[in-house]
Amino acid sequence: MSATLSHPNPGNAKYDRVMKVAAGDKRFKILEVTMKKNQFRHDSLIEVLHKAQELFGYLEDDLLRFVAYKLKLPPSRVYGVATFYHFFSLKPQGKHTCVVCMGTACYVKGADKVVEALQNKLKVKSGETTPDGNVSLLTARCIGACGIAPAVTYDGQVSPKQTPEQALEKIGQWLQPA
Amino acid sequence: MQLDELKAIAEKKKASAKKVCLRTCLSAGCISSQSDVLHKNLATEVKAAGLENDVEVRRVGCMGFCGQGPLVGVDHKEGKEELFEFVKPDDAKAIVSHLKGGACDVQKGDPQHPFFAKQVKIVRANGGIVDPENIEDYLAIGGYQALHHALTEMNSESIIDTITKSGLRGRGGAGFPSGIKWGTVAKSPGAKKYVVCNGDEGDPGAFMDRSVLESDPHLVLEGMAIAAHAVGADQGFLYVRAEYPLAISRLQIAIKQAKALGLLGSGIFETPFNFNVDIRIGAGAFVCGEETALLASIEGERGMPRPRPPFPAVKGLWGCPTLLNNVETFANISAIINKGADWYASFGTEKSKGTKVFALTGKIKNNGLIEVPMGIPLRQIVEEMGGGAPDGHSVKSVQTGGPSGGCIPAEHLDTPVDYESLGKLGSIMGSGGMVVMDDTTNMVEIAKFYMEFCMDESCGKCIPCRAGTVQMFHLLEKITQRKATKRDLDKLEELCDMVKNTSLCGLGQTAPNPIQSTLRFFRSEYEALLQPDATGAPVGANGTAKAH
Amino acid sequence: MAAKTLTINGQQVTAEEGATVLQVARDAKINIPTLCHLDGMKDVGACRLCIVEVVGTPKLLPACTTVIAEGMEIKTESDRLRKYRKMTLELLFAERNHVCAVCVANGHCELQTLAYEQGVDHVRYDYLFPKWGVDTTHERFGMDHNRCILCSRCVRACVEIEGAATKSIAGRGAKSKIISDLNEPWGEADSCTSCGKCVQSCPTGALFNKGSTVAEMEHDRSHLDYVVTAREKKLWVTHA
Repeated sequence: MSATLSHPNPGNAKYDRVMKVAAGDKRFKILEVTMKKNQFRHDSLIEVLHKAQELFGYLEDDLLRFVAYKLKLPPSRVYGVATFYHFFSLKPQGKHTCVVCMGTACYVKGADKVVEALQNKLKVKSGETTPDGNVSLLTARCIGACGIAPAVTYDGQVSPKQTPEQALEKIGQWLQPA
Repeated sequence: MQLDELKAIAEKKKASAKKVCLRTCLSAGCISSQSDVLHKNLATEVKAAGLENDVEVRRVGCMGFCGQGPLVGVDHKEGKEELFEFVKPDDAKAIVSHLKGGACDVQKGDPQHPFFAKQVKIVRANGGIVDPENIEDYLAIGGYQALHHALTEMNSESIIDTITKSGLRGRGGAGFPSGIKWGTVAKSPGAKKYVVCNGDEGDPGAFMDRSVLESDPHLVLEGMAIAAHAVGADQGFLYVRAEYPLAISRLQIAIKQAKALGLLGSGIFETPFNFNVDIRIGAGAFVCGEETALLASIEGERGMPRPRPPFPAVKGLWGCPTLLNNVETFANISAIINKGADWYASFGTEKSKGTKVFALTGKIKNNGLIEVPMGIPLRQIVEEMGGGAPDGHSVKSVQTGGPSGGCIPAEHLDTPVDYESLGKLGSIMGSGGMVVMDDTTNMVEIAKFYMEFCMDESCGKCIPCRAGTVQMFHLLEKITQRKATKRDLDKLEELCDMVKNTSLCGLGQTAPNPIQSTLRFFRSEYEALLQPDATGAPVGANGTAKAH
Repeated sequence: MAAKTLTINGQQVTAEEGATVLQVARDAKINIPTLCHLDGMKDVGACRLCIVEVVGTPKLLPACTTVIAEGMEIKTESDRLRKYRKMTLELLFAERNHVCAVCVANGHCELQTLAYEQGVDHVRYDYLFPKWGVDTTHERFGMDHNRCILCSRCVRACVEIEGAATKSIAGRGAKSKIISDLNEPWGEADSCTSCGKCVQSCPTGALFNKGSTVAEMEHDRSHLDYVVTAREKKLWVTHA
């Protein structure tokens, strides 16, 4: 795909704002190193977004703009790609994340019951974060841990053969006031 | 690197084998039950017991019996094999003392269990045996010798001829003959060509490719290199889904090690053949398993499929001829080169040769990965190897092929597992997910589950898939909520036919399969939920036209 | 270029190698319905209205992206094709909020015309009534997402012809949405050149000139083909 005709330059208000934010944050430097490693190639966009999400936790607008400016890609394309892939999050995640696998094997073994119990307890729907920003409840399409279904990932750690009770107990630890 | 150097490393590694080898599964499944801690504890205990010179503590990939994990295999040099199941980190001490003749109350498994005994391992031959993070382990069992043979003794034509004669068909699901595909890429004009490995294993209920990548990454790399030589490519891409971080890190290690030994890179085995592999990480889009969408994703775009023809074999990545095969397909290559097409073709049926790896999961006693010859009756897999449904229930149906496949009812369990037979039953071989459902499973709910999946995963490009899946899901919801009539069911069937025949890519074309197959075998479950038609009522609640 | 001979609906036609079925059919005055196709831009094969039957091929093929071959036998009309096309249009009507009576493009809408042509007299699927917004922040143009059928013609006009790439598609599946720059209000998208090509390319009333009221919005869709091919076809008057 072609780059835009008129690429933003210094003097453009959005460009200046993004570069000012980036100058004060070391993570943008690290991100730029990743882009450099990929020779700022357009096809490295997904790799770069992975790195950006790893560094910042989620992809906010100015971060996407920074990527677009540096890779010389239209912002619309960067946004289009970031929203096509469900691995990328454009909203901040909670302090803790709980991902229930809803692959077929987990589903037939009762993962839906686990999700239901968690939704009731946290009072959010899957895909949402509790209003206090403590817990994000997510579902996955299949994490490939079917042999130990149903599987739930708590803060990145996969736990095998989960029951609603076990899941509630686990997140109960997060809900306690520190 | 020359062949004698390769063999020297292998011999040295073999000669250094210790009396006993303790193999701990460090695949994603067992790690979730702390097998990584267990592995460390075993090393500590072996050291504490002063057995370092006699006992090797080895990190291995998946042994297959995931439902019984974490697993620890014990190989004695004289040939005895033992297996421990459900091993906890604290069990390390007991296992090590057992090696010295002490008592041990850790649950013992049977390495001769039908789950293992019925398997024929080609793709998974080294899984659970070699250390996936140590290339020397792979070399010790003859790794990369097939690549050497292909580079020095064979040319493009003879390799493709061998693959064609072997009868190997694409293991991604559709079963296209690999030899023909390779031949097309080889013949397509173009100075630059690519080899792409599809590791975007998106079918829910399937983890064969994850296991192969985590357990034996070099096997896939070697297969890709042989393919590259055959079709005239010098650059490869391995597309792995982001949900598999362990597979990604092991591949990164494997590529680095292979490069260091000159088995990837420039002038491999001192021939003019160059081959580099880059990893591309997916980002959570099932549709990227479709080949043209996967290529768009590698190019850094939205993973939207495009019409075929032109096929990727003619016009693929950046418009260049591209060979695209699945992980399991590449994992078969080195064995075919080493042992010959006839040997490979001796497994399986007339039209489906070789073996297939399945992820046997769901309501079944023995969960895990199996590799069986094509043509094995489904009943043998489910009843003998899988042990049937647990808790006194009976098997109702077996789902194969994920969201693109169908449900095979219990009365058809004697069907041989091959591409044609499964197709006749309205299902597909698929990539190898096999989810067993018992008599408590509601088949309409299952169809709805898959339709919701397809609806969420539709890329939105073509209308039949984008809007059709939404309406099919909506109709299924109406049925399960007991709000639908016979007319709604008719509409659903009509939509299934339309979406199947008019969608742009494989996702849409196969999305109706779960509905069609459950309707074929479990129609009464749908009909039981229908409401009587109110006489004279309009077709739908909003059945008036707006196009005026 | 070698010529290829083929038949469409039993009629023998000859065309240049590399031509698509759609081009050949149109040259022979055979009508094939289309929505995502627009002369002057790349074909994507997305709307599936131009599907045709090709003897010897089990699958239905989109006419816009299928290249002709010697001896091809093509059928552009059959009961099955008519049924599928009608269903495709019905699915579109049920997907978003296409209320012709209050639409700026009423009477000048390709979707509406096709519905008449294909005999869509009612929609059998439940209307989904999604709540999409209307973006009127641009000084000259507006975008009503409720009328959008996601054909991507505006995106292609913006990327391929204008080269501004202001427009793209965000999200996926039924939640896909045409965006401007970083999903900003159109008026704030600084890459937009206000050329209006997207507006001219729109088949429905989704993109419109501001100030148009019901039935007033006439898109000049041939404008794009003119922009692309005028030089090659020497369509302007030269003053020596």
